[in-house]
Amino acid sequence: MSTVASLQFWAFVGVVAGIYTILALGLQIQFGFAGLLNFGHAAFMAVGAYTMAILVVKTGWPLWGASLAALAAAAVVGLLLGLPTLRLRADYFAITTIAFAEIVRYVAINEQQLTGGPVGTIALAGPGEAASYNREWLAFQGWFEDRLAGVLGEHATKDVTMLVIVWVVALLALLLVEAMVRTPWGRVLRSIREDEDAAAALGKNVFAYKLQALALGATLAGIAGLFFAFQFSFFSPGDFDPLVTFYAYTIIILGGTARNWAVPLGAVLFSVVFAGTRFFDFAPLSLLESGERAYVRLILIGLILIGLMLFRPQGLLGKREEMVLE
Amino acid sequence: MTQLLQLIANGLVTGSIIALAAVGVSLIYGILRIVNFAHGDYLVVGAYVALAVNIGWGGSIVLAALAAVAATAALAAGLEFALWRPLRRKDAGLFSFFIAAIGLALVLRHVVFLVGDPGPRRYDVDVFQVYDLGGVRLSQSQLIAIGIAFAAIVFVGLMLARTGLGKAMRALSDNRALAAVAGIDVDRTVVLTWVLAGSLAGIAGLLQALILNAFTPNFGFLLLLPIFAAVVLGGIGSAYGALVGGLALGLVMELSTWNALAGGAPAVYKPVVAFGVLIVVLLFRPQGVFGKARVL
Repeated sequence: MSTVASLQFWAFVGVVAGIYTILALGLQIQFGFAGLLNFGHAAFMAVGAYTMAILVVKTGWPLWGASLAALAAAAVVGLLLGLPTLRLRADYFAITTIAFAEIVRYVAINEQQLTGGPVGTIALAGPGEAASYNREWLAFQGWFEDRLAGVLGEHATKDVTMLVIVWVVALLALLLVEAMVRTPWGRVLRSIREDEDAAAALGKNVFAYKLQALALGATLAGIAGLFFAFQFSFFSPGDFDPLVTFYAYTIIILGGTARNWAVPLGAVLFSVVFAGTRFFDFAPLSLLESGERAYVRLILIGLILIGLMLFRPQGLLGKREEMVLE
Repeated sequence: MTQLLQLIANGLVTGSIIALAAVGVSLIYGILRIVNFAHGDYLVVGAYVALAVNIGWGGSIVLAALAAVAATAALAAGLEFALWRPLRRKDAGLFSFFIAAIGLALVLRHVVFLVGDPGPRRYDVDVFQVYDLGGVRLSQSQLIAIGIAFAAIVFVGLMLARTGLGKAMRALSDNRALAAVAGIDVDRTVVLTWVLAGSLAGIAGLLQALILNAFTPNFGFLLLLPIFAAVVLGGIGSAYGALVGGLALGLVMELSTWNALAGGAPAVYKPVVAFGVLIVVLLFRPQGVFGKARVL
């Protein structure tokens, strides 16, 4: 059976899309609603994933406790990053956040004692021993798969189980974000994006709102990091390349900035392009080797970004008025 | 002591390359408010054009440098017409420029990956020839890099200080509206600024590739944040500041590994030192170390 028609393949694409939905929702709060140009989003994902893996492997914490601690760590790192930097102008903030994310990645690569170094979490337990953090997760997934088999029968495979779990969480996150932006809190956030001085003049503590948005978005990135870790059973610093942040931007811009329901749409489109350029085997893609496909994929994503900025900066579903920052 | 001299020499090599790239980034930011995320990849394009001439056609390294400069100058100026000017016409915001620059960076880098060889490459220079200058050891590549970089820095410095074009560039960068009112042809100066930024990126790319010995298309992004750090250090928009900032940053990065400084930082953290400088300067002195405080 060809890849395109396989349920397994689409389940995998769907899992990736779900993880990116959660990641991009975090950025949506920060950038879409608070207007913060956070270019270090991938670092929060890394903090989440690494905190969980390190606690499980090195200190023997139960997975659930470690996961909660990981989310707390992502939120705290968001606060710590925001405290000094949120007073900066938008462009300086953007450069600072990307520098911060690169520092996190360099530390993950070079502090081998702590993180396993460039080869990734497999080396967490030290040399000669293959570390694994997701035994408890696999047990839970197996249990859930059995329940699911009652409904879906033979289709309830590992990937389909993960698909269901990730998307339940992604949709809950979506509902949460949607509900939050409808509250007075969300309205203040948007007013800050539109005119920070006006919001401040009305007595709103702009700094506190921005800080909350940054920490909340960081927590969602942490959740995405956990699912990334669970899905792939192992990860390395390279998985949290600055490119990942750019992917999240592509997703929310593709769907439409400040449109929550457009985030899953953007994530699915993005994942189809992403996985499609890797696995589809019809012309013209079949003419390329797998290495070349990776480059073509990134060229395509770059062209999509440039094209959107030139011709449709509000994305597929967004409003133009909400896109003109500064 | 020998280690200190060696580190200073290395720092001057790295620093002069960063300085050359930083001048272009700083001027473009000052005039157009574009944080050019693709600048590192302009360097990469230059390095690979030089590679094609040097290895592909067997041209000398001088010929390769000229080709690199011509190619990146044309690329930078061409993109002004194809991308930046249309974006400005549409009143694009800060964010649109940011994202377009990131998209451009992805396209340029991966086109180089696709067209060039993705594996590590090197130029046809003698990597084993090492010169000993009173205890300081420099490879042939490093000596070439210092020579060319200093010549270029002097040239740029004189150009900015003495020529009408240089003055126009600095005036625009300082206050665009005022410069336009004073009769400076904005569109023409912008294109020429891109030509200057592109040419310097071509030289810097070739030199960086030269001193790396073996390089891949990823080197541009790795150098991008140090370049930004140099720009910020010198004061965003200031061309002289960028030159000095680049040299200072190169020295700081190398000297951070000096044994006398509590054993020195591990060499792998040299880029982190640059990122740290970037963040600290932005937080405490956003007008740059040499810049005058003004309302930003």
